[in-house]
Amino acid sequence: MSLLSRPAGNKKVPIPVPEEKLKEGTPKEQVFVASQWQLMWWRFRKHHLAILGTSLIAVFYLLAIFCEFLSPYDPNAFERRYTFVPPQAIHFFHEGVWEGPFIYGLERARDPETYLITYQPDTEVRYPVEFFVQGDSYKMWGLLESSRHLFGLSSDVNARGLRIYLLGTDRLGRDMFSRVLYGARISLSIGLIGVFLSFVIGIFMGGISGYFGGMPDLIIQRIIEFLRSIPTIPLWMGLSAALPRDWSSLQRYFAIVLLLSLIGWTGLARVVRGRFLAVREEDYVTAALLQNASEARIILRHMLPSFFSYIIASLTLAIPGMILGETSLSFLGLGLRPPIISWGVLLQEAQNLQTVALAPWLLIPAIFVVIAILSFNFMGDGLRDAADPYKR
Amino acid sequence: MANDEILLDVKGLKTQFALEEGTVRAVDGVDFTVKRGKTLCVVGESGCGKSVTARAILGIVPSPGKVVDGQMLFYKEDENGSVRPIDLATLRPNGQEIRSIRGAEISMVFQEPMTSFSPVYKIGHQIREPILIHQQVSKAEAREIAIDMLRRCGLPRPERVFDQYPWELSGGMRQRAMIARALVCRPSLLIADEPTTALDVTTETQILELMKELQDELGMAILFITHDLGVVAEVAEEVIVMYLGKVVERADVISLFYEAKHPYTQALLRSIPTISKERRHRLDTIEGMVPDPYNVPSGCPFHPRCPAFMPGICDVIEPPIYALEKGHLARCHLYNEELVGNVMDEPASS
Amino acid sequence: MARYIVQRLLYAIPTLIMISLVSFAIIELPPGDYLSSYIAKLEQQGSRVSQSELEALQQRYGLNQPVYVRYWKWISNFVRGDMGMSFEWNRPVKDLVMERIGLTALISLLSTLFIWAVALPIGIYSATHQYSLSDYLFTFIGFLGVGIPDFLLALVILWWAWSTFGVNLGGLYGPEFIGEPWTWPKVMEVVKRIWVPMVIIGTAGTAGMIRTMRANLLDELPQPYVESARASGLSETETVLKYPVRIALSPFVSTVGWMLPGLISGTTIVAIVLSLPTTGPLLLKALLSQDMYLAASFIMLLSILTVIGTLVSDILLVLVDPRIRFDDVQAG
Repeated sequence: MSLLSRPAGNKKVPIPVPEEKLKEGTPKEQVFVASQWQLMWWRFRKHHLAILGTSLIAVFYLLAIFCEFLSPYDPNAFERRYTFVPPQAIHFFHEGVWEGPFIYGLERARDPETYLITYQPDTEVRYPVEFFVQGDSYKMWGLLESSRHLFGLSSDVNARGLRIYLLGTDRLGRDMFSRVLYGARISLSIGLIGVFLSFVIGIFMGGISGYFGGMPDLIIQRIIEFLRSIPTIPLWMGLSAALPRDWSSLQRYFAIVLLLSLIGWTGLARVVRGRFLAVREEDYVTAALLQNASEARIILRHMLPSFFSYIIASLTLAIPGMILGETSLSFLGLGLRPPIISWGVLLQEAQNLQTVALAPWLLIPAIFVVIAILSFNFMGDGLRDAADPYKR
Repeated sequence: MANDEILLDVKGLKTQFALEEGTVRAVDGVDFTVKRGKTLCVVGESGCGKSVTARAILGIVPSPGKVVDGQMLFYKEDENGSVRPIDLATLRPNGQEIRSIRGAEISMVFQEPMTSFSPVYKIGHQIREPILIHQQVSKAEAREIAIDMLRRCGLPRPERVFDQYPWELSGGMRQRAMIARALVCRPSLLIADEPTTALDVTTETQILELMKELQDELGMAILFITHDLGVVAEVAEEVIVMYLGKVVERADVISLFYEAKHPYTQALLRSIPTISKERRHRLDTIEGMVPDPYNVPSGCPFHPRCPAFMPGICDVIEPPIYALEKGHLARCHLYNEELVGNVMDEPASS
Repeated sequence: MARYIVQRLLYAIPTLIMISLVSFAIIELPPGDYLSSYIAKLEQQGSRVSQSELEALQQRYGLNQPVYVRYWKWISNFVRGDMGMSFEWNRPVKDLVMERIGLTALISLLSTLFIWAVALPIGIYSATHQYSLSDYLFTFIGFLGVGIPDFLLALVILWWAWSTFGVNLGGLYGPEFIGEPWTWPKVMEVVKRIWVPMVIIGTAGTAGMIRTMRANLLDELPQPYVESARASGLSETETVLKYPVRIALSPFVSTVGWMLPGLISGTTIVAIVLSLPTTGPLLLKALLSQDMYLAASFIMLLSILTVIGTLVSDILLVLVDPRIRFDDVQAG
């Protein structure tokens, strides 16, 4: 039995076996030694929204990891002639004839009344979309130097200063698609690192609180109650505004993550404490005590595994809060600042109503934020339901 | 029997639950009669449909269950003493008419004394409720009636109990209060759904005693649902035995215990622990488990577990009810002389 | 009961002290003290600060004294209602804060009422009609409501109203009312516009509350006490409303306490997007220009507002659920 499987002596209830499992020819006996993870997985995959959410999250993280390669341009490269270009559509047929993926040229015109520049597709010119093209050079993960991108326009078209803008451009003529991908890297990593830090603090504080009880519990409970009873956004705002202005982007990044997790650990600590209190009374813990097992062994080997799944579920549910915190702060101009690109930083461009009315595609990062948050919520919901395979 | 003795006449009652996995025929053609002032016991293992039968009478079968067929004639006595039958099966669930019967003419005591009272209202509030629903009395009068009933149910200091919350009473006290709540409108029929299962043995005896006393005092009939044959022996006058939604045997309590006819009843009786001098005497159990309600066995539903199973008959033909001596009824092919003559000579005896 | 309330009040005291410490830390944290930025600001505007003025200011804020003295000076002044000066506005912080905290509290309160009014009936309906089409619909809307951050919702609604109707939904009153006293037309104008922030801030909370109420009620509906109430002749509506809903309400009420911080947070950031004359935009401005006395006072007051709200919901909870009273008597 692995470390994480259900400790022996816990209530063993015959588990209804999914029928397809039996049909696959799994020996019947295996059902009764199915590890906790197998049971979780069986329940989890019944939750269709959770599966959808998990797949979307996987796609998002892949986008974030390979953003240098997947984005056609350097996110900070700007093109003065192409500011506020609306998203361009990729076409496959020209006048009913298959042409493969291509885009039409852009016709630039100045509105005679408002003096605003408008763009119209120029159906006379067609530029094919090519794959694995040469483009702006980059250093993948700061290590591998390359200038190959997944897709883009051919290099001679590139040289003429023409670009493909899948999600349009911002006020400086930067490619929103590339920026959203790079933003995903920062926003999604903040979620992970923030939750990891919260997890460390939460499991430490919650563990002390739940295992020892008494005075430490009382103090930690008061702290948690305090942190939960103050409005987070004003507090985050205040604390991040107090960060020194001359800090580098990287310092700022870590400071913001730290701030988010310093306030966000309380939920996890409550879960850990609650579970500790519940499990402490279980017979198998008493049994371990009677066998003279050491305290560390009881905690690590007997207690933690029994509620590890709950912790994973609450971790997942805590990530969207982190992402949202960063997005809100950066949106207000108190979190990350350019040149770092996060979804919140991108949305800051959309703060002004007039700008949004002029270029609604600046709101596109918001769609990514919402999808990410929903996906994490679905996944966490599914995990939470699956965490207790013995329920119902 | 004279007709005016009958209080409730159930004929061919069918209740079904339409679930995703299939339709469960929880009650599948049940007939029985309850006589005024008498106690009828319904015995059976869990899942045999006895609780659903009770709920069907009150029209409170939990969703998605529905009464799909049958008659439940309730002979209601009105103010001037004339008796008029009402078919409870035709009343709209939650309609005005069935609600005027619920809690007033027919009331029910449930299995869980711990959770059958809402924890947020005082005992008195919940006992007074049926009075206020069904009778034109003031709150103060209702309080008097409720306290009187609490006293009759043997609760010490009923005035105090009236103002207590349910969680301040012990299980036995709470079940007494539950009975008071059921009887507060003087119903003519009390349905008791395993009222003592959750109690310890001493309290059980007290509650059973109390119910018998109250029956003598108030004259209501009791439909007593239980799985415990020991309880049956104590309270019943007549007994029906249910198995998978069907009545398999009906008899008065004496004949049931001494001359059980149906192999299932015989098996149930054998599984009662007895004190015997023989050590290492193994307790008899009924072989197998209650079948899956979605796939009720063909023929006689009891045949897979039956010690007197007759291949080719029991698993093919559904047995009808056979009327035996002294009003004893049994649903078993063993009492069909033509069939049995071919297979075996004498029915399994206990 | 009284004992319980007193106990909750006592619990609030350490929380308030901690809040004041954090707020003070926000004043102290930025590099360079408050005074030097103030002087820099004044010099930018071309005015000189004399040595005596400087000393007077130093005296007032206790700048040349140890931290705990400064904290004590600040908090005792705060309690007495003196919250320092805003150098950005050159006005007492107290005036600026008081102008706006009322509207903030009003919008939060209205949003709470909105959440209750919408979430309660929908939650009950969803639970009693579990797996019906409308139940699925509400569950889906609930998920969306939880997933969409309120400030993004505000942004999208603002853009949508602007691009389709040419209406700017921002603000609570037109420019002609700015700085005007609270006359009848101004009040009517606010009444006309206040529903926009109310609905936007309430959405996330409503969605969460529907889910809470539905889950609570689904736990309660199969309970035996519901059946026994039904068996005593109550109608179905009466049964559901009087018995299971009443019990499902207590966890519902207690979530109101947890909801409040989120509500105040939401109010802050939505107000910035909608440029409402509440604390949000002013707090942001103060933070961006390091007007720390103003910012800290806002944070302090918003937190106090939340603590009061939580306290009220705790007391409400006791009124709904007598079991808590009982536990308390037993424990205490």
